[in-house]
Amino acid sequence: MYATNYHRASSVADAVRLKGTGEETKYVSGGMTLIPTMKQRLAAPSDLVDLRHVAEMKGITVSGGTVRIGAATTHAEVASSAEIKAACPALSHLASLIGDPHVRHMGTVGGSVANNDPAADYPSAMLALGAMIVTDRRRIAADDFFTGLFETALNEDEIIVAVEFAAPEKAGYSKFPNPASRYAMTGVFVAKSASGVRVGVTGAGSDGVFRHSGMEQALAGNFSPDALSGVTTDPADMLSDLHGSAEYRANLVNVMARRAVAAAT
Amino acid sequence: MTKVTMTVNGRQVSGDVEDRTLLVQFIREKLGLTGTHVGCDTSQCGTCVVHMDGRSIKSCSTLAVQAAGSEILTIEGLARDGELHPVQAAFKAHHGLQCGFCTPGMVMTAVDMINRYGGALDEKTVRENLEGNICRCTGYHNIVKAILAAAAEMSAGRQAAE
Amino acid sequence: MGVEGIGARVARKEDKRFLTGKGRYTDDMVVPGMKYAAFVRSPHAHAKIKRIDASAAEKMPGVIAVLNGQQMLDDGIGNLICGWMIHSKDGSPMKMGAWRPLAHETVRYVGDAVAVVVADSVGEARDAAEQVVVDYEELPAVTDAATALTAGQPQLHPEAAGNLIYDWAIGTSEAETDAAIAAAAHVTEMTILNNRLAPNPMEPRAALGVYDSAEDHYTCYTTSQNPHVARLVMSAFYNVAPENKLRVIAPDVGGGFGSKIFIYPEEIVCLWASKRAGVPVKWTSDRTEAFLTDAHGRDHRSTVKMAFDKDNRITALKVDTIANFGAYMSLFSSSVPTYLYATLLSGQYAIPAIHANVRAVYTNTTPVDAYRGAGRPEATYLLERTIETAARELGVSPAELRRKNFIRSFPYQTPVIMNYDAGNYEASLEASMKQADWAGFPARKAEAEKRGKKRGIGMSCYIEACGIAPSAAVGSLGAGVGLWESAEVRVNAVGTIEVLTGSHSHGQGHETTFAQLVADRFGVPIDSVSVVHGDTDKVQMGMGTYGSRSGAVGMSAIVKALDKVEAKAKKIAAHLMEADESDIVIENGEAKVAGTDKTVPWFQVALSAYTAHNLPGGMEPGLKEGAFYDPTNFTFPAGCYICEVEIDQETGKTDIIQFVAADDFGNIINPMIVEGQVHGGIAQGIGQALLEGVHYDAQSGQLLTASYMDYAMPRADDLPSFQVSHQNTPCPGNPLGIKGCGEAGAIGSPPALINAITDAIGNNDLSMPATPQKVWAAIHAAH
Repeated sequence: MYATNYHRASSVADAVRLKGTGEETKYVSGGMTLIPTMKQRLAAPSDLVDLRHVAEMKGITVSGGTVRIGAATTHAEVASSAEIKAACPALSHLASLIGDPHVRHMGTVGGSVANNDPAADYPSAMLALGAMIVTDRRRIAADDFFTGLFETALNEDEIIVAVEFAAPEKAGYSKFPNPASRYAMTGVFVAKSASGVRVGVTGAGSDGVFRHSGMEQALAGNFSPDALSGVTTDPADMLSDLHGSAEYRANLVNVMARRAVAAAT
Repeated sequence: MTKVTMTVNGRQVSGDVEDRTLLVQFIREKLGLTGTHVGCDTSQCGTCVVHMDGRSIKSCSTLAVQAAGSEILTIEGLARDGELHPVQAAFKAHHGLQCGFCTPGMVMTAVDMINRYGGALDEKTVRENLEGNICRCTGYHNIVKAILAAAAEMSAGRQAAE
Repeated sequence: MGVEGIGARVARKEDKRFLTGKGRYTDDMVVPGMKYAAFVRSPHAHAKIKRIDASAAEKMPGVIAVLNGQQMLDDGIGNLICGWMIHSKDGSPMKMGAWRPLAHETVRYVGDAVAVVVADSVGEARDAAEQVVVDYEELPAVTDAATALTAGQPQLHPEAAGNLIYDWAIGTSEAETDAAIAAAAHVTEMTILNNRLAPNPMEPRAALGVYDSAEDHYTCYTTSQNPHVARLVMSAFYNVAPENKLRVIAPDVGGGFGSKIFIYPEEIVCLWASKRAGVPVKWTSDRTEAFLTDAHGRDHRSTVKMAFDKDNRITALKVDTIANFGAYMSLFSSSVPTYLYATLLSGQYAIPAIHANVRAVYTNTTPVDAYRGAGRPEATYLLERTIETAARELGVSPAELRRKNFIRSFPYQTPVIMNYDAGNYEASLEASMKQADWAGFPARKAEAEKRGKKRGIGMSCYIEACGIAPSAAVGSLGAGVGLWESAEVRVNAVGTIEVLTGSHSHGQGHETTFAQLVADRFGVPIDSVSVVHGDTDKVQMGMGTYGSRSGAVGMSAIVKALDKVEAKAKKIAAHLMEADESDIVIENGEAKVAGTDKTVPWFQVALSAYTAHNLPGGMEPGLKEGAFYDPTNFTFPAGCYICEVEIDQETGKTDIIQFVAADDFGNIINPMIVEGQVHGGIAQGIGQALLEGVHYDAQSGQLLTASYMDYAMPRADDLPSFQVSHQNTPCPGNPLGIKGCGEAGAIGSPPALINAITDAIGNNDLSMPATPQKVWAAIHAAH
């Protein structure tokens, strides 16, 4: 790891102020991606602003069908939250599959969403749930938020403070982990609500997380695994690597989607 | 250099560190507690697992400065008064270790797991909760056995105490 | 058997320190003034070094020295060597290219060490290493061995034309074998790939070199399976220091699996740099360095023909193997695809004609050497995949075809050197089939079919050669060292006992099993016995631990030393009790005169030996004996493994439903530890078959699997609990009747798994690792 300077933020405003201090300052929350990346000298922020102690970014509330999860809430907290289990058990399930127990104790929703790793789990849920990414200065619809591999609509110093979504009627998540890294080789989140069905796919797409419009249309009229039997996924849009060819990933998208629908509650 | 202060195994400790110092480096090099190990660079092997404020974390993926002000428990702090913790005793009784390198992380993970699940652990749950810990020697067979035995014993102990 | 003696499931004496964080591994060592090394490594698979400019690095904070290969050459540090001479069919010796600890003209794989930085901290050393400017002229690279043999490919070493290290053959003449194949009623032909693996002990390699200028003496703490061999090689070949000026200590070592047998550039560099820089120098590998530089295992491509007569008896076997050795010949690399592989190609079967040809090849990849099993997994995988395939082609049951061809009378001389001393292959086959409820499989398959799962079952009958001895025999085959083992038993004046052994424990539990031998012999408490190993200053000479040899060879040496101690103790006891020596029995911690109530406590015998006030006339004081044991033959553990799997047709994911291992290890000292060895071996075998594989980019020679993000290690939820049992036919060749158990699991399991998966999916064209993607593709190809 290259040398860096650490700052601990006490509030969102404090964090934004600290972000201006160094040449290349980064926010760090759980650090489960950033610290290993820095260890490998693939990232070299001059300064780090730690968000883990910002009280206003923590906590889970469900009111009037709206779920709000503070950005600094850990995966373990999401996975074990009774409120989330009641409002959207698929999201509890998703959180319980991220990394491993130790990573879930540190890693946060906000960190995962802001990083937009193409193999991370949360972005698929955000897309499928039509979530709002709430920052210190605006609200960004998930559809507008994820702009490419590791790319988001966030401005340089903008901080995610929470994510919000309306509890769906039904939702399901099915993940096929990479045998080595255990990241999603393909993860599909399906959510059915009054406004229709949305399908978010992570791990598979060559441009990162995406919505599967063919599946959304097929499921709109008939929310069942069988409805997906005629839907195809174009391998041309899929990632291809050592662990899975584009054809294999296209197959996994369809299989995981069927399983997510079947598991939806 | 930043001065960090934290509680490690019940004792308050301080030290001057570069901000890039990992918690595991602080524990091993500054405190001389070498039971916590480093086995990979990508946050996957789990030989570095310690507890921070009561929860298992990877000390190789946390900076010492991030841990400032927290309570850390390492493998050296688990046995009390020379008596092995029930998880340590179960690992010995069931031959849950061979070379010993992954063992501290495995034991700290097992304690965390039992804290979370109590006596409700079954083999599948144990195996899933070992996702963040790699062992190359045992094939996990006896580790799983040891954790199940310790969980049963500890939950029986708790019930007897109630 | 006593509660702590031979055969008892004694909990391990060494566990407490590991469980409480008190293990002492190389990276835990701290000496005054210690500094840290970071290596500058080649980013290219093949290149000429035109210039190294360390001027910027030398100015970096905390930097003490930046050293390179030319300086090492100037100081007379020798080339790394391969210690087993193999001669090609034409009689010419193997073609060994030069391997410099720090490359000074050419780099030949990604990770080849070029320079070293010594600095105050690891961070500063790495910061400075990045500032060392190396001017490379890139050369084309080749990573696949079969490709490297073809015309027009990059040439790695001027000594090895066409990248060919040797072209070696063994067994029946090719003509006779071909004739038998031509006359066969059926011939099964296959191409068999054995995937390249990274050994991955959880403790990364490390070295700490300490030079004492006053004494002109070096100490090396290192992660070694055989510290004495390390000292021998570093003294005799690398000219680091004479043996009496070099102490090698291998403290607690966190797993080896073969990879810590070899002497690597880093420990040599740390020792040399400690003198050059005038400070103790420590280096600890990170995991990516481990993937790049720890010797890999396997990487064979073979073609095989197995011929049968009309009664389904095997009449001939012909094998042609290409073995990828990587960029340099590692310490024992040459022996792996020859005497540890081709000599086991008879398996458990009576095969009248066997011809094997092996070509060893340089490529621009990490050096390849012994990894758990070393050659024997390759032989077993080839044979057991082939006989399974033959059974399918012939339409007979796999168990029947094996039974029909089992060797049933011993000793048995194979056409490929080995002389099997004992075995009962039928017993393991029966036991495993019963344990796995083989007969009930069709019903289970039908039930799985209803759930949409494809279920398959497969078996593997393995044999291996362990002990890795006798010295004269291996010497005649080209080994550069003897393969005996040493032991010393020191009885202290109060009767406590120290056992000094040349074996090295890095997870195998020697501190317990070796103590059990002593407890068993004298009836003393196991806690009064200490086992000392891993330090060349404490133990005289030893050959270390590999090849499942610590039981069969290491413990046999202890038995010989115990025999001598017992004989002397009996003489003393007889003298003290005025009895005849032949009437003395030592048990339960005392010496007795048989048939009387006369006893002397064990400590009294020991004390008498040291006070020497009342010893038999002419007897030397003291009670301490040493022994060297050189076995008369290899040992031949064997067994039968059965694996049952279910495949998710939609994703290709394999679930292991059950894994049964029935092993014949001869006599067993501690069944708990032996079972643990089998569990770990099976996990590594399953890892090879299902998950693990080293991959290089064929054009650039870059390692694509350089971390756990891309190299799939078996984790707890990949594996089932295992069902293991033992059928023991004692080894007639050593005093304890032990065969060895360390590698069996890794040898026997891969073919059982692949046989099960191919049975499930109905497509035999599947290579390891059988990843979900490959299995899914194979299912689709079959339909």
